Amino acid sequence: MLPGWVSLGLIPVLNLLMAFAVAGVVVALIGENPWRALVVMIDGAFVYPGSLGYTLYYTTNFIFTGLAVSVAFHARLFNIGGEGQAALGGLGAALVCLALDPYLPGLMVIPLAIAGAALFGAAWAFLPGLLQATRGSHVVITTIMFNFIAAGLLVTLLTGPLIRPGQSTPQTRDIAPGATLPKIHEIFRALGVDMASSPLNVSIVFALIACVGVWVLVWRTPFGYRLRTLGESEPAARYAGVKVPSMVIITMCVSGALAGLMAINDVLGAHDKLFLNFTAGYGFTGIAVALMGRSHPIGIVLASLLFGALYQGGAELSFEFRSIDRDMVLVIQGLIILFSGALAYMLEAPLTRLFARQRRPAHG
Amino acid sequence: MREPAVALRGITKVFGAVRANDAVDLDVEEGTIHGIIGENGAGKSTLVSILSGHYRADAGDIVLFGETVKMASSADAIGHGIGMVHQHFMLVPNFTVLENLMLGLAKAPLLAASREDVRRRLAELTAAYDGLDVPADAVVEDLPVGLQQRVEIIKALIGGGRILILDEPTGVLTPDETDQMFQSLLELKRQGVTIILITHKLREIMAITDNVSVMRLGKMVAHRKTAETTREELAELMVGRTVEPVRNEAAAGAGEVVMAARGISLRDGAGTLRLDDVSLELRAGEIVGIAGVAGNGQSELLAVLAGLATPERGSVEIGGRVVTAAAPTDPREMRALGVAHVPEDRRREGLVLPFEMSENAVLGYLGQARGSRPWLLRRSRMVGRCGELMQRFDVRPPNPALPASGFSGGNQQKLVIAREHGARPRVMLVGQPTRGVDIGAIEFIHRQLLDLRDAGCAILLVSVELDEILALSDRIVAMNAGRIVGEVEGRGADRRVVGLMMAGVRDAAAGAAVAS
Repeated sequence: MLPGWVSLGLIPVLNLLMAFAVAGVVVALIGENPWRALVVMIDGAFVYPGSLGYTLYYTTNFIFTGLAVSVAFHARLFNIGGEGQAALGGLGAALVCLALDPYLPGLMVIPLAIAGAALFGAAWAFLPGLLQATRGSHVVITTIMFNFIAAGLLVTLLTGPLIRPGQSTPQTRDIAPGATLPKIHEIFRALGVDMASSPLNVSIVFALIACVGVWVLVWRTPFGYRLRTLGESEPAARYAGVKVPSMVIITMCVSGALAGLMAINDVLGAHDKLFLNFTAGYGFTGIAVALMGRSHPIGIVLASLLFGALYQGGAELSFEFRSIDRDMVLVIQGLIILFSGALAYMLEAPLTRLFARQRRPAHG
Repeated sequence: MREPAVALRGITKVFGAVRANDAVDLDVEEGTIHGIIGENGAGKSTLVSILSGHYRADAGDIVLFGETVKMASSADAIGHGIGMVHQHFMLVPNFTVLENLMLGLAKAPLLAASREDVRRRLAELTAAYDGLDVPADAVVEDLPVGLQQRVEIIKALIGGGRILILDEPTGVLTPDETDQMFQSLLELKRQGVTIILITHKLREIMAITDNVSVMRLGKMVAHRKTAETTREELAELMVGRTVEPVRNEAAAGAGEVVMAARGISLRDGAGTLRLDDVSLELRAGEIVGIAGVAGNGQSELLAVLAGLATPERGSVEIGGRVVTAAAPTDPREMRALGVAHVPEDRRREGLVLPFEMSENAVLGYLGQARGSRPWLLRRSRMVGRCGELMQRFDVRPPNPALPASGFSGGNQQKLVIAREHGARPRVMLVGQPTRGVDIGAIEFIHRQLLDLRDAGCAILLVSVELDEILALSDRIVAMNAGRIVGEVEGRGADRRVVGLMMAGVRDAAAGAAVAS
């Protein structure tokens, strides 16, 4: 057993450093100065005007999708379908807004739209959950397939019934201004503080509330207790009287609802409309976020911040360097996912040995 | 004097804060059966794992036939002629005997050549040792457990093993199969094989070993010649104090029937009949012991009575509720009806090992963790409840915040029993209450079960330890192949008669009655 500060603090930092080291080698190999690239990335993520807003805007997406993956993971379910559930969440939010914003005041439309996002996301996770619970079809497979179905569905709708009349871009009409979430820079400007504009909006507050909600749900409610029992030992859950099939379905729905909520950041907050491919892989990155954050809300916030900074700083890299293009940035992000996510436990065994060796003399 | 076959010198192994082996010395003479006895967690398994190359010792030497050897891996151990038979068989169930033996032996690039080679070596081996005959082409999962174990022994010897280690080998055998295995071991000993037998059963030590070493808390506390010691002395050495086994002596004042199974049958996923027309009545203030070798339907019986499985035919009646295939139940309802359940596998079912003890103390009884706001768990209630249970059942360390995985088997089991006991059940289903539990805790647990019975609870006791069944039961029911074979009075029950019934001999009780 490793002390808490090692497994929760040291190992993620070491993983990150290894990822940056390998990424640095890659950058050096294509003939750029890795150190300068790092400085550009940090500046691009936190220092340039508006960059922090962008970073936090991406962070918001990752918090939602990371939470979605983690809730399912506590029940040992791998929800790989965050992408599709978020897409459907966007559809749900957009449908509510498009249908109601001419008739109802914005303050009434927004809560309904948020509920719509959660509901549609949950519904998209319900079927894989149901298939898992009743037919044993593995959710990994079904949720991936549902991602494709979701993508197809959105193409059909956005190029057909939902497309804004008179244009060829696959997106809906703009949502009425009163029915969208205010941007943070607008709020600050209204308060007299000048701030560079960015897509960051009050969704981030909802994301943080969701973190607290997930923490309470998983660790402080009878439902969360059953969910974790199921995750740790299905025989123990059955012994305790947990109805395993309905638990699987409900857990998938909660997970899907969180993924669906990601859509409010784009559809209600940043862009005020539904457009094609707004999910942009955030659903998949949520898996890495949950892994790196050890499925704990605090860890997920920190990991989301890291990935948000990578997205934003990475975009800056491709502006600054001729030879680093968007694909190169993906390589760097991929390395970080590889080291912090897929290889997250690589250092555990050697460090355990190291600490065991250090402690032995103390016993004699 | 001849060099000992195995000599361990100052073997030390530390896991975290636990000294599993603390400067252990052991001499095993060639061609003898050497017993190592000790409670659970005394370090027996760690010691033989080091000898068989599974763990590496932190300090100490392993000397085989006078030669100090390095034991870095299982391959080293096999190379030095050490073969290990594990408590849980390490066989591929859907391979044939021959295919299982080929694992690790197949050297040729094509299997056909290896198969003939291994077949030849198997023939040589069975010719050399009496009592090691096995059907080479039978699929392992179709063989009776006793034969599967024989395959394990052959696997340990076929690579040229001269030292055989058996870790708790009799847990899965009927008394009859145990006798057969002991015959094989004696034959191997006559042929010069050195045998180390790990067990916690004094009966086996006295029956078959030449020498015995006793371990306690990671230390080797005594070496004895078996002929010069007694069960009482060994028990005392194991526990470190005098032990008085608990016996059910007071006559049971069996009351009314509180739970009844009538003609229940159950099939498993593969369609095999696991319970075949089982009828059983549990009365208030009575302990009914189910004697049977593991896998003869006892687990399924527990599952049905606990509401974990629905019988295909027949019914279960409790408190006016009749459970049938048409009216199934679940564990939650059964708990509400007053059925508590101490499951056979406490590590997988009875506890969630990574959970804190306070969380485990309400497993299945979440109602106890709810406060005025039923959608939230009240930590203070859980911790308080757990502290109470820990104190009443002497669970050590009494710290509700530690994860269950940090407790010894005995203390884990005490918490499970405390939890079920605390629900004030009318019926208590108990599966393997003392499996992997140290003697001190066994005493305690047995006494609690008797107290619970005296308080009017109906107890169904399922155990593969025949001694436990004999010591505690008011009535003994023997099961074989999913059927109830017979029933005898608990007090003064004849071990041999019960053993015969466990093997499926239907009129064993009657036959014995006639004979006596």
